Amino acid sequence: MSTLAYRRPRGRFLARRFRRAGIGTYLVLLLFAVGSIFPLYWSLVVASHDNSAVAAYPPVLTPGHELWHNITRLFNSGEVNVSFWSALLNSAIVATVVTAAVVFFSILAGFAFAKLQFRGRRALMLTIVATMLVPVQLGVIPLYIEMIHLHWVNRLPAVIAPNLVTAFGVFLMRQYIVAAVPNDLIDASRVDGCHTARVFWHVVLPAVRPAAAVLGLLTFMNTWNDFFWPLIVLSPRNPTVQVAVSTLASGYVQDYALVLTGTFISILPLLAVFLVLGKQIIGGIMQGAVKG
Amino acid sequence: MAKMSDGAAVVPPPGVRTAGAARRRLRRFDLKVSPYAYVAPFFLIFIAFGLFPLGYTAYVSLTDRNLLSPTWHFVGLHNYAQLIHDSYFWNAVENTLGIWVISTLPQLILALLLAHLLNTGLRARTLFRAAVLLPQVTSLVAVALIFAQLFGHDYGLVNYVLGLFGIHHVYWEAGRLSSWIALSVMVMWRWTGYNALIYLAAMQAIPDDLYEAAAIDGARPFRQFLHVTVPMLRPTIIFTVIVSTIGGLQLFTEPYLFEPLRQGATGGSDRQYQTVAMYLYEKAFASSEFKFGYASAIAWCLFLLIAVISAVNFLVIRRIRSAE
Repeated sequence: MSTLAYRRPRGRFLARRFRRAGIGTYLVLLLFAVGSIFPLYWSLVVASHDNSAVAAYPPVLTPGHELWHNITRLFNSGEVNVSFWSALLNSAIVATVVTAAVVFFSILAGFAFAKLQFRGRRALMLTIVATMLVPVQLGVIPLYIEMIHLHWVNRLPAVIAPNLVTAFGVFLMRQYIVAAVPNDLIDASRVDGCHTARVFWHVVLPAVRPAAAVLGLLTFMNTWNDFFWPLIVLSPRNPTVQVAVSTLASGYVQDYALVLTGTFISILPLLAVFLVLGKQIIGGIMQGAVKG
Repeated sequence: MAKMSDGAAVVPPPGVRTAGAARRRLRRFDLKVSPYAYVAPFFLIFIAFGLFPLGYTAYVSLTDRNLLSPTWHFVGLHNYAQLIHDSYFWNAVENTLGIWVISTLPQLILALLLAHLLNTGLRARTLFRAAVLLPQVTSLVAVALIFAQLFGHDYGLVNYVLGLFGIHHVYWEAGRLSSWIALSVMVMWRWTGYNALIYLAAMQAIPDDLYEAAAIDGARPFRQFLHVTVPMLRPTIIFTVIVSTIGGLQLFTEPYLFEPLRQGATGGSDRQYQTVAMYLYEKAFASSEFKFGYASAIAWCLFLLIAVISAVNFLVIRRIRSAE
């Protein structure tokens, strides 16, 4: 009797652990998945048709053959109100520089906070954690005044400089380095006569590659997608891709095909990155959640 | 090092000894000072472009500064006094809170459900996870423009589908509640999957014996979810609520681009969906006044609002725990 009573829940516990998903679970998940993908698919549908297809009744739900035509219209800047080529180039420059800087500075500071002893370490780290909760965007007005003084308004440094470091990056790298780089390894290399810079270069840098990749991906995406600050400090004459797309949408003709072609092009690089490295991104978000 | 010098039988020649001393000094310097060099780049840049502007906002908010005039005066709390009687400001606060509530609550509940479903022995598990995370990769501008088209009055797909159920065309941008709902859908679409993955990670960290104990007590799966999973996720839920408070109360891009042709910070013809961040933008950069002082006061009030609501959230959620 007692063994029976013990066994039944144990069976249930096993059932949870290896709980097979029923057909209902798959159906609901499929619904979520379709809902997540559909709007992006829809932008492709609209972008690959003539603009008149938007008004079709019932709506057209399959891609058409006009995508290339719409793309040529988009990049032929005689027809549209913004230079899409320079926008893509600007965004590529900004996102690359920002990503490299954020990753590098985050590893540097993260290493110091994780493995080096210095006065004020705890207080400084607390400051960083606190600033993660502060909406820094609210400082846009003085930031704009700074940019006027630096003569950076309408120029790329204005969107690069403020993003060169993030508190989140330092926090993430510190958490990772604490766990991933054994103290023994650092002590051993110190006994071998390594000074701190060599420890950083030969011990820490190789060990943090996985976390650095995740941080780099997230930073690249955020920078590419940033809108509020570029909208304020850049003009449609020298835009990032997000500013260009919004300018495109403000054009006087209601040309949905063209607008959503631009939109689709603007998310294409990120979709490509996501297709290749989606697994790492998912892993990064889930790990960050557990550690955060 | 110490051991080696102990073992040295031969006294080293003087030149070597000073070289050793120099190296030791260098080493001490390296250990004591170099850590600051590693954290300095972060703090210098962060202070220059992050903390200083934020603090300086407080000062600017006490002046009548604007972009166009080279001189300005200290006006004390005048901007704040004016703001308290500014009906547009309160309208923006109301819109922001309204959109935030109707986007965050369903979003987090859906995310919990989604995480629960993903936390099973699924086939093609990575594919499902990737699919629900896809919206997170999409830029806010793209989300706004795609959904603006989907919510279009005449040719929008949403109205078409509603039409199939006999609901007459809704003019989403025009009404207050309808525009709030449309904007909430955009926010939910982008964030539900992301929050679900965070919950999923936390769910996988819950020890199995808790479920075992619950099962011994005769709890069925739904009760297990309610009484084991949800309480164990509480820190994670607090985290996601606070993150969506900070993000949601600064909502800007979606409403700004909701009517792409009219792009403007007023948030509709009657300001029916103007958020606080949009009002800040309007006062500082979009109207002809460029009122930096007044907009800075708005920024500080928004900051205060975020802090207060985050604190309230935190207390409420903790309270629920202690009540159980």
